[in-house]
Amino acid sequence: MSNSRLTRRGLLKTSALAGAGLALPTIFTASSAAAFTNEPTGSSVTLGFNVPQTGPYADEGADELRAYELAVEHLNGGGDGGMMNTFSSKALQGNGILGKKVEFVTGDTQTKSDAARASAKSMIEKDGAIMITGGSSSGVAVAVQGLCQEAGVIFMAGLTHSNDTTGKDRKANGFRHFFNSYMSGAALAPVLANAYGTDRKAYHLTADYNWGYTTEEAVKASTEAMGWETVAAVKTPLTQTDFSSYIAPVLQSGADTLVLNHYGGNMVNSLTNAVQFGLRDKQVNGKDFQIIVPLYSRLMAKGAGANVKGIFGSTNWHWTLTDEGSKAFVKSFGTKYGFPPSQAAHTTYVQALLYADAVERAGSFNPCAVAEALEGFEFDGMGNGKTLYRADDHQCFKDVLVVKGKENPDSEFDLLEIVEVTPVDQVMYAPDHPQMGGPEATLGTCNAGA
Amino acid sequence: MFKSGTPLTSLAITAGGLIGFFVLMIGLVGVNAVLLQTLDGLSKGSAYAMIALGLTLIFGTLGVVNFAHGALFMIGAFCAVTLSKFLTLSKEVVDESKTDFLGNPLKVNVPYVNDLFGEATGATIIDWAVPLSLLFAIPVMILVGIVMERGLIKHFYKRPHADQILVTFGLAIVLQEIIKFYYGANPIPTPAPSAFSGSLDFGALIGMDPNLIIYPYWRIIYFVFAALIIGAVFAFLQFTTFGMVVRAGMADRETVQLLGINIDRRFTLMFGLAAAVAGLAGVMYTPINSPNYHMGMDFLVLSFVVVVVGGMGSLPGAVLAGFLLGILESFASMREILDVLPGINQIIIYLVAIIILLTRPRGLMGKKGVMEE
Amino acid sequence: MFGLNKKDFNLFLIVIALTMLAPFILNPFPAGSGMAQFNAGYPDLMQRFVIFGIFAIGFNILFGLTGYLSFGHAAFLGVGSYGAIWMMKLVTLNVIPAIIMGVIVSGVFALAIGFISLRRSGIYFSILTLAFAQMSYALAYSVLTPITGGETGLQIKPTDRPIFSNLEEGEIGRANLFGLDMRSSYELEVGNWAFTFNTGYYIAAIVMILAFYLSIRIFRSPFGTMLRAVKSNQTRMNYTGLNARPYTLAAFVISGMYAGLAGGLLVAMDTQVGPERMFWTASGEVVLMTILGGASTLIGPVLGAGLIKYMENILSKINKDILHQWFAFLPDGIEDFLVTIVYPFIGKGWHLTLGIIFMAVVIFLPGGLVEGGKRFMDFVKRKKSKTPPSDESAQSTPAE
Repeated sequence: MSNSRLTRRGLLKTSALAGAGLALPTIFTASSAAAFTNEPTGSSVTLGFNVPQTGPYADEGADELRAYELAVEHLNGGGDGGMMNTFSSKALQGNGILGKKVEFVTGDTQTKSDAARASAKSMIEKDGAIMITGGSSSGVAVAVQGLCQEAGVIFMAGLTHSNDTTGKDRKANGFRHFFNSYMSGAALAPVLANAYGTDRKAYHLTADYNWGYTTEEAVKASTEAMGWETVAAVKTPLTQTDFSSYIAPVLQSGADTLVLNHYGGNMVNSLTNAVQFGLRDKQVNGKDFQIIVPLYSRLMAKGAGANVKGIFGSTNWHWTLTDEGSKAFVKSFGTKYGFPPSQAAHTTYVQALLYADAVERAGSFNPCAVAEALEGFEFDGMGNGKTLYRADDHQCFKDVLVVKGKENPDSEFDLLEIVEVTPVDQVMYAPDHPQMGGPEATLGTCNAGA
Repeated sequence: MFKSGTPLTSLAITAGGLIGFFVLMIGLVGVNAVLLQTLDGLSKGSAYAMIALGLTLIFGTLGVVNFAHGALFMIGAFCAVTLSKFLTLSKEVVDESKTDFLGNPLKVNVPYVNDLFGEATGATIIDWAVPLSLLFAIPVMILVGIVMERGLIKHFYKRPHADQILVTFGLAIVLQEIIKFYYGANPIPTPAPSAFSGSLDFGALIGMDPNLIIYPYWRIIYFVFAALIIGAVFAFLQFTTFGMVVRAGMADRETVQLLGINIDRRFTLMFGLAAAVAGLAGVMYTPINSPNYHMGMDFLVLSFVVVVVGGMGSLPGAVLAGFLLGILESFASMREILDVLPGINQIIIYLVAIIILLTRPRGLMGKKGVMEE
Repeated sequence: MFGLNKKDFNLFLIVIALTMLAPFILNPFPAGSGMAQFNAGYPDLMQRFVIFGIFAIGFNILFGLTGYLSFGHAAFLGVGSYGAIWMMKLVTLNVIPAIIMGVIVSGVFALAIGFISLRRSGIYFSILTLAFAQMSYALAYSVLTPITGGETGLQIKPTDRPIFSNLEEGEIGRANLFGLDMRSSYELEVGNWAFTFNTGYYIAAIVMILAFYLSIRIFRSPFGTMLRAVKSNQTRMNYTGLNARPYTLAAFVISGMYAGLAGGLLVAMDTQVGPERMFWTASGEVVLMTILGGASTLIGPVLGAGLIKYMENILSKINKDILHQWFAFLPDGIEDFLVTIVYPFIGKGWHLTLGIIFMAVVIFLPGGLVEGGKRFMDFVKRKKSKTPPSDESAQSTPAE
C-alpha cells in the first residue's frame, strides 16, 4: 500500500511546463488541450468513488467502498481477478484500463444531494476524476448524474432504485446497473399471486418522496393487474421513526396484506412495528395476514432481525446465487474481507468493471465513446445472467430476484432465501412507459466537456 | 374563575380543547379508530414525555441548553445493546455438517451463558436482556450524567447559551461517533422477551369484535413504565427533603446557597437523575425500534419542541406537552385526515407548536423569565 | 474611507485581499505532493467558502447584534435557491435576475415568518423559527414535489426553454453572466503549483465583499446600535418609549435576504436545489459557524463557515490508502500503528473531528476563532516587546 500518488495534474506539469507560467481558458477542467474533461495523460487514471460514509447509510456505503477497492485491485491485475474471469467480454487484461494504472479518490455523499455534488465536484475539479460512481439513494443519484452530464464525465450509478434515475431524469452520461421500482413490481406480482392468491386486499404504506411514489405506483399497477384490490395507500414522512400510528388502523380497514414501500431505516422500523402488532398472526377475510417489502436489502434486513422471516421482497442480487460469476465474486470478496458482499457491493463492483471494459472496447476514455460502447451492450457472467444495457434509457435489463426472509438462518449473513428468479422478459418495459416519464423523457446528448 | 396565565387555566383550556377535539374525531372516523389512536398517542407520548422531563430538569435546575440530551437517550439504548452483546458472548464451535459462504465448515456460536446455566436457562437470560439492562443502565447513566456535569457542563453555567449549544452539540456528535465506531451505522435488532411479543386485543376484552382495537404488549408496558418513572420523579421532588431543596434552588438559587446549603452537589445529582430518566427511556425503547447511533438526534429536535411547548421551567408542562403532541401526531397520521389535508402528518407537531406558542406566550405552563432572553 | 473608520477599513482591505488571492492562499502545496490533499483551492470549495460566508454574515446581523437565535435560517437559503432556479428555468439563464429573485423571495418569506416569530423572544423565538423551517423542509420533500422536485430536487433540463435565451434544440441551459459561463476557469501553473481562477468564484467573491461591506456599515450605524440595545436590555428600551419590534423585524428580514442571496448564488454556481438544504441540521450548521468563528464579530462568521466547509470537503476525502502513503517512510509496524490511530478521525470519521473541534474551541477559546486570533496576536506582540525572549515567557499562560 505504498504506491506514489501522482495526480494527472502533477504529471502534466512535470512532463511539459516546469517552471513556466501559463493561463488557459477552460471549463470544468484543468487543461484546454484535452479533447474531453480530465483526459488522462499520464500513466494512471483516476476514478471517483462517491459513497455515503456518514449518516444512516454509512454501512452500505462502506460495503460499496470495499467492492470498489476490490474492483480496482482486480483491474490492476491483483487478487484472483474475481468476476473478470467469468465476464463474457474479455477486453480487460488486468493491466489497468488501456494500460493505465487505476487509482481512485473517495468522498462522502452524506446521502444529501448538495453534499454529494460538492464531493463529486471536488473529485472532478481537484483530483481529475474521469468517472464518478456510487451512492445509496435516488436523490443523490439524480443530483450527481446531472452534475456529471454538465461536467462531461461518465456517471455509473450505485444503489438507486427509483424509476426516475433512468426514467424522467435519465441522462446521456449516466448509467444504471441496479434494477428499479417497476421491475420490483413486475417481478413480485406473479410470485405473490402464486403464494397468496389473486383475491387480496392490500394496504400500502409509502415513504413520502419520489422513490416511494414510483414504488407504490409500480407495485399497485402490477398487483391490481392480477386481481388484487388496493384498500388504501398512506404516505409516511421520511423522518418518521415510529410507524405505530400508521400500522394500528390496518386491521380495521379490512385489508389482509400490508405493503411497506419503505427503504433503509424506514423499512427496518415499519417492518419491526408491523410484526410487533402481531399482524402476521391474524386472520382477515379468512386468510392469513401477510406483509410485503418490495425492495429488500440484506444489510437492512439485518437491522430488522427475526422480523423478516417469511416476508417476500425483491433484490438485485444475493450472495447465495450459484452461477459462476456470483461464486467468483463472493469468493474474492469474502477472502479479502471475511464476510459475503451485499447487493450494494455487487452492483458497484459490476459498474466499475463495466466502465473499465467499455473504455477498453472503445479504445478511449472519451465519455461519448464510452457511452457508445455501453449502449446496447449485452453481457453475461456478472451474477445476474444475460444482461442488456439498453441504449434508449441506459438501464440494465436482467433477471430479478424475488426473495423471502429465511426461517432458520445458518449465520448472520444468511437472512434471505431466493424464491424465484424472474426472467428478464417479464420485467421489460418500453422506454417511453408512462411510469418512466412517458415520451417526454430524453437522454439529451452526450457531453464530453472541454 | 381562574386568573389568566396560571397553569390551571392552561390545563382547563387544554382539557376543554381535547374533549371537543375527541368528540369531533369520533363523529368523523368512529369510536374505534379514536380509541386506537389515543392509545397509540399515549405510548408515543411516553417517550417524548420522558425525554422532555429530563431535558427540562436540566433547563430548570441548571439553566443549560443541553443538546447532548438526545445522545443520553441513545446511550441508554446502547446499554441494552451492550448487555445483550455481552450475554451472547460466545465461543465458536465448528459444525461439520454445514458450510459457510466460502465453503469452509460453518462455525456456530455458542453463548457462554449456555455453558454456565445450561441451555434452557441461558436462552431465557438472553431473551430477557432488555429488562435486565435496566439494572445495568441505571448506574451507568447516573455516572455518565455526573461525569458530564462535573467534567464539562459545570464550567458553562455562566457562559452564554450560544456557548452551551456549541459545546453540547459537539459532545453529542462525539458520543454518537464513538457509538458508530463500535457498533456501525445500521440498526441493531434488540427484541423484547418473547413473552411480550404480540398484541393485546382490547376490543375483545370489552366485548367488541376481535381485531378492532389491538395494541402490542410491549408498547403498553412502555406506557406504564413511563407513567411510573414520571410519577417517581415527581414524588421525589415533591415529598423528599432533597427534592424540596432542589425545587427551592430552582426558584431562587442564591437564597438557598445563603442558607448554607450546598446546592451545587444536589444539582449535579439532578443532572445524573435526568440522564438516568433519558437512559431508561432509551433502554425500554429498543424493542420498539432497533437502535442506531443517530436515534438521539432524531429525537433531539422533537424533544426541544415538546419542552418549549410545555413551557420553560415547568415539569408538568413538559409531560403534558409530550402526551399532547404524541396524541396529535397519531391522529394526524390517519388516512381519513390525510385525505382532507395531505401532508398534515409531516408538519402537525410544528404547526401545533406554533399555534400554542402564539396563543400562550410561555407555552402551556411556562414560568416567566426562564430562557426568555 | 468608504465611510469606514481606520480599523474597519483595514479589516475590509484584508478581506478583499484574502478573497481575491484565495486561489493562491488555499493552494499552498504543490500538486502531486502528498500534502496536496489539503489544498482547498478548487472552484467548488472556494465558491462554498464565500457563499456560506455570506450566509453566516447575514445570520450574524440577527444573532450577533440582537441576540435573537434563529434556528430555522436554512429555510431562507432553501427558498432563495428555489426562487433562483425557477427564474433560470423559466425566464433567463443570466445569474443576476436569478440571484435578485432569490433575495426577493426569501425576503418576503422572512418578513412573514419574522412578523409571527418575533412576537416571542428567547427560546420561544428559536423554536418558532425552527418549526417554520422544519415545516418548509417536510413539505418541500413531499407534498410540494410538483414545485420543488421533492427528493430529487430541481435541475435545469434539456427541455427547459427560458423566455430570454436562444438555446439550440436539446442544448442544456447553463448559468451565465451576460454570456460568461460560471464554470469557466483559467489555470496558472508555476513550477509544481497549479492555481485555478474561476469566473463563478470571482463573481461570488465580489458579492461577498459587498455583503461584508454592508454588514460593517450596519454594525456601525445607528440602526446597529439600536439592535445592540435590543440585545442588552429590551425592557429598558421599551421604557424609553422605543418599540423594538420594527428594528428586530428589519434585522430579521435583512438577515433572511442575506440567506436568500447565498441560496441564489449557490444555484448560480451549481444549478441544482435539493430540499435537504432546509433541514434543521443545515440551520444548526450556520449557528455553529457563527459561534465557532465568534458571534458579534465582523469576520468571525466567515472564518467559522470556512472551517466547517473545509472539514466537510477535505477531511472526508482522506482514506486509508492516503494515510498509508503519508506514513510510508516509516517502518511497517509504526506505519500501521499510526494509520490505526489516525483513521477514526478522517474519512468516514470526519464528524468526530468536527465534534472535537467544536468542544475544543468553545472550551479553550471562549469567543471563537477570532478570540484565538487575538490571543495569538497579543502573544506575538508581547514576545516581541520582551528582550531577550526567554523560554519562560513562551510557556507562561497569557494573563493580563
